[in-house]
Amino acid sequence: MGSQTSQPLRRKRRAIDWPTAILIVIVGSAASYVYWRDGPAKFLDVVWNDTDLFISMLPKVLAGCLTAAFLAILLPRETINRWVGADSGFKGILVSTFAGVILPGGPFTIFPIAAAFVGMGADIAAAVTLITSWTLIGLNRVVTWEMPFLGFDFVAWRWVVALPLPILAGLFVRAIEKRLKTKASAS
Amino acid sequence: MIDVIVTIALWLIVVALGFLVVRRSKPLFRESGKSGVSEFLHLLPRIAIGVLGSGFIAAALPPDFVGQWLGSSSGIIGIVLAIVAGAATPGGPVVGFAISAAALKGGAGAPQVIAYSTAWALYAFPRLLSYELPIMPARVVWLRVLASLPLPFIAAAAAMLLSKP
Repeated sequence: MGSQTSQPLRRKRRAIDWPTAILIVIVGSAASYVYWRDGPAKFLDVVWNDTDLFISMLPKVLAGCLTAAFLAILLPRETINRWVGADSGFKGILVSTFAGVILPGGPFTIFPIAAAFVGMGADIAAAVTLITSWTLIGLNRVVTWEMPFLGFDFVAWRWVVALPLPILAGLFVRAIEKRLKTKASAS
Repeated sequence: MIDVIVTIALWLIVVALGFLVVRRSKPLFRESGKSGVSEFLHLLPRIAIGVLGSGFIAAALPPDFVGQWLGSSSGIIGIVLAIVAGAATPGGPVVGFAISAAALKGGAGAPQVIAYSTAWALYAFPRLLSYELPIMPARVVWLRVLASLPLPFIAAAAAMLLSKP
């Protein structure tokens, strides 16, 4: 494995992490409760509905994983520096917002990519904007995960409401950093 | 229908990017393809649990409780409750959306649901601890958390102003 190219995707892997364990406990309790309250027919009904949803998600999830893996290789360091580097100003925040909207993948991929950006010279405000944008208005997440549950209308409306938030987050980080800097130079 | 179009679009992106990687180097393509697939296999059981669980959580949530505490008349208190609940929800890929959907069906107000899913997306405390802190420089994480604090409130306020269609 070329250490340079695989680096952005490197992470700790465990078969069961503790959010998954918490989830299993919650799901187990909910499932038992439904079985106890509504009986086996309703229980199986829920299982079949979810199996459908699960199968329809799989090709999209695989596509998202492959895109993230390819992008990690294709994104050149100089481009990142030029677009979202320390001197990128408001443009850097807008570019990060847009990147968050189109970047695919899960937290497994977005955090390593953001960390790699910072390592390659992106400023912190740009990295925070990227994460916020991906998590709130990222299209891949919206389309793959949110729409199957909440429907097009609600999700489209939520998306519009959340549109300015990544920009605000980036500006907040800049303001906080500025205050920290003036405090440090004053003392 | 929209689902099929989206899936095709996603795979067109994969093919285009894959082509660019192949042109650069074939071993690189094989290696990155493998890492993408192993990512997928790693996610698979988590998604299965999340999707199956979402149905059960939705079925188990008591609708009158949700309606009372998070209904459109619950106002600011409902929004604060929703934000706390969102931050405490584990950050798996579907849990937050599943609970949002269940809450909406159970009679929760749209701004409250927006506050919930925004808080979940931004904070998801378990995700913060398990993925973000190990991967990101600590300074970035804390600045991000600090800058994110007001966002669910802003989202809920915007949702009230831009009332749902």
